[in-house]
Amino acid sequence: MNGFPLISLVTFLPLAGALVIAFMDSSRLRAIRSVALATAVADFLLSVPLLTRFVSSTAGMQFVEKVPWVGAIGASYHVGIDGISLFLVLLTTFLTVLSIAASWYSVASRVKGFMMAMLFLETGMIGVFVSLDLLLFYMFWEAMLIPMYLIIGMWGGPRRVYAAVKFIIYTLAGSLLMLVGILVLYFMHHTATGEYTFDLLRLYGTSIPRGAELWLFLAFFLSFAIKVPMFPFHTWLPDAHVEAPTAGSVLLAGVLLKMGTYGVLRFCFPLFPAASVSAAPVVSVLAVVGIIYGALVAFAQKDVKRLVAYSSVSHLGLVMLGLFAFNAQGVEGGVLQMVNHGISTGALFLIVGMLYERRHSRMMDDFGGLWKTMPVFAALFLVVTLSSIALPGLNGFAGEFLVLVGAFLKSVPFAALAALGMILSAVYMLWMFQQVMFVEPKQKGAPVLPDVSAREKWILIPIVVLVFWIGVWPGFFLSRMHASVDAVLERLGSAEVARDAGESAFAPASSPDTTLPVSPGAAVHSASVTVIPNAGE
Amino acid sequence: MGFAAAVPFTVVVVSAMAVLLVDLWLPPSQKRVLPWLALAGVLLAAVSVVSLWNDEASGFGGVVSLDRFSSFFDMVFLLGTGLVILLSSTYARREGIERGEYYALMLFGTSGAMLMASAVELITFFLGLEILSISLYVLNGFFRERPLSAEAAAKYFVLGAFASAFFLYGVALFYGAAGSTTYAGLRDTFGSAAFPYYRGLVALAASAFVLIGLAFKLGAVPFHMWVPDAYEGAPTTVTAYMSVVSKAAAAAAFIRVFGASLASLQRDTSVVLWVLAVATMTLGNVVAISQSNIKRMLAYSSIAHAGYLLVALTAAGEAGYSSVLFYLLSYVFMTAGAFGVVSLVRKGDGEALDISQYSGLAGRHGLLAAAMAVFMVSLSGIPPTAGFFAKFYVFSAAVRAGHIGLAVIGVLNSLVSVYFYMRIVFLMYMREEEVPVQPSRSRAGWVALAICVLGTVLLGILPSSFARLAAASIASIF
Repeated sequence: MNGFPLISLVTFLPLAGALVIAFMDSSRLRAIRSVALATAVADFLLSVPLLTRFVSSTAGMQFVEKVPWVGAIGASYHVGIDGISLFLVLLTTFLTVLSIAASWYSVASRVKGFMMAMLFLETGMIGVFVSLDLLLFYMFWEAMLIPMYLIIGMWGGPRRVYAAVKFIIYTLAGSLLMLVGILVLYFMHHTATGEYTFDLLRLYGTSIPRGAELWLFLAFFLSFAIKVPMFPFHTWLPDAHVEAPTAGSVLLAGVLLKMGTYGVLRFCFPLFPAASVSAAPVVSVLAVVGIIYGALVAFAQKDVKRLVAYSSVSHLGLVMLGLFAFNAQGVEGGVLQMVNHGISTGALFLIVGMLYERRHSRMMDDFGGLWKTMPVFAALFLVVTLSSIALPGLNGFAGEFLVLVGAFLKSVPFAALAALGMILSAVYMLWMFQQVMFVEPKQKGAPVLPDVSAREKWILIPIVVLVFWIGVWPGFFLSRMHASVDAVLERLGSAEVARDAGESAFAPASSPDTTLPVSPGAAVHSASVTVIPNAGE
Repeated sequence: MGFAAAVPFTVVVVSAMAVLLVDLWLPPSQKRVLPWLALAGVLLAAVSVVSLWNDEASGFGGVVSLDRFSSFFDMVFLLGTGLVILLSSTYARREGIERGEYYALMLFGTSGAMLMASAVELITFFLGLEILSISLYVLNGFFRERPLSAEAAAKYFVLGAFASAFFLYGVALFYGAAGSTTYAGLRDTFGSAAFPYYRGLVALAASAFVLIGLAFKLGAVPFHMWVPDAYEGAPTTVTAYMSVVSKAAAAAAFIRVFGASLASLQRDTSVVLWVLAVATMTLGNVVAISQSNIKRMLAYSSIAHAGYLLVALTAAGEAGYSSVLFYLLSYVFMTAGAFGVVSLVRKGDGEALDISQYSGLAGRHGLLAAAMAVFMVSLSGIPPTAGFFAKFYVFSAAVRAGHIGLAVIGVLNSLVSVYFYMRIVFLMYMREEEVPVQPSRSRAGWVALAICVLGTVLLGILPSSFARLAAASIASIF
């Protein structure tokens, strides 16, 4: 497209900001916070042209930049966005601004390190969404871990270290297996076409023998399932969310969890369509279990943050169900819901953070009766809660309704159970709202909590605007996703047809097809060929 | 004549002798000149290696070869030695071991390593091996008054002598079977079609013995027992030196002998290497978790990294071997850096060697903690650092050669290693300072650390030119 490297700018501006902060004196708190906020705002404003100049009619990647990186092995710096990643990038830049603003006073020690970590994290997050090269994607995926680990472990709650270590080990377990999967795919592609490349667009359509495809799908899917998080790989989430500082939780819930669902859509479906189709029943079951289980456990929580954490398990289970419905409604609903969840759950964490700043507690018992004393706050909180419940007219409804339609078209029982999850979400969210806002406080004579300050208002208002915008005019967002989603579905469609015709991805691979010999003997023969071709880049 | 092949080696030996001689005449107050003299020798040798980079020559009647492979390794050794000398300039003085012998032995050891990498004949290789080993035995016990150091040196010496004896027996068997001790001779004999069965058995037995000797130097399981004790007892800078130089030298020999000459025996040796690789990685990573002394922890981690190298050696082929070279280059930066930080961190008058003493380091010594964090992240293999690409190339070669299971085991081992590497990061950043720690103020040490950080990050972001260098070096001997 046009030569200006907009995506690289958006990706690396936060890194530049972090380096600027690195050289600032750590006692100049106001300056550090201002630079961080300015960088985040600038990054958001820079990402807006990605939206305004986006061409909805094409499914191809836009704003593409491709530069050889490690030419010898076929890895390039290849970035671009399409209808699916566009909104995720915008969500990232948007939420980072809000997170930094929300941490203005709540992070008071080692502010410099915190802001640097946040900006490094932002670069990593955007990089994950825009990478079109598997190795580059992997690097950004892993590079995100350290800042998040530090954010949770240094500025978090009492059990922060446990949560941070659990987070990093759990996530790494999945991603290291994904690395092996990437390597196997890379060599399979070479065997099939003779070219060494990590470029995603060239790896699409690599013919992979059936048995191997399922294993590769699992290698990638495990990593994404841990990130989503799908039941039963979700146990890291409540601890990480509860112990992380507000900004950390917002970005964790708002962006990091989406990487799992994004990964499924961007990698698992197009690279391994037949395996995705065969795995769909199992994944759908796990998704539905996650929806119901997440909702029920959320209802049992006394800590507001834990409640919201489990609600994420529930909501993202719905997204996964939509994705694995393999129809336009399900997938588009899933993508829209990714954005919606980011906004509403991010907002919920911001609100919990505001409550915590006031009373230094997140237990619902410690609050109550705030409706009278904090009316503006209550109104904003109500909007966010209703958005999470998916009240018609608000953003959540557009996404969840589409997902349910898509799931219904695929399988009625699953859709029915998922709808049950929607009802349960209303139960626990409204109950939470009631406990915090309406019910008379247990301790009489607790100090009256101040209503939202100007800063907090300005954090929540853009969210409310978005909630209504997406709720009333989802077409604006959906229209830009159509082409890309259709392209993904096309790849899946042919696999579904094959599946319906009676072939199965579980059929044992006939031996001549297996391209990777495991015996050492064969290794001698294949080992004599150079991996790194001497003819330069 | 072939003196070109011996030039770098000679420069290093001459500088070692110069250091010894100068030391004789230096009054005790002027000893601080010695590290700079040694460093000058190293730099001069490096210049000679670079200027001879594209030359190929054979020296001393065909026992030493100058090619890009030996030049690459010479650079690795010289880089490691240079960094250690920079770190030693303060450390040795603080610990009271600043003597001419210290630097001279280090330089002699480097020359032995360079000989090991350039040798194309088994006896010459053995010469290099012994030069390196004896220098290391003495350097290991350099804290003469400390029983721990003497015990470490004694252990290393006795086990090393055994390993050398095994190696020599292997050489004898090779000679018996092939009638020649040159690598070319071995390749011709065992690679030819007219290779009688009994010679094959002898070749396997000989390979096994030679393998034992090399595996010992590499620190592979089950020949690793000396590593934790030797690393813990030696002065920290010597540990850094041992970790880098002896591993690289052993790997160089592996590639020349088993990769280039005995390629026909690969079917059998790769099975053995597979087992060694898995055992080494696993033991190194698992036992490192329970260590509370940072040098011991790094020693076990060093065993684990020997395991990853063995994975690449199992994969064999030009891909596998080039990944070994790249791994060693990144390893120099990461390890010299990590041990460098350890050598700088002090408590009172002594070293702060317990892991818990790293708590809260980030609070008061931010740059030092940041450097350590970079090295820990790189050792775990998390992007965007050198360690990531090093492991990436290794696992990539393994998958390519069909050893997917080995790659999976390697990857899971990396996961385990994250725990004990990140534990240091976590202690530095997330715990309060328990014991006040005062890092040495050493400008030379800081320069060394800066070089290591730069190298680690650079190799992690732009590995391609170095990867190509490694590939070209391998191509020159195949």
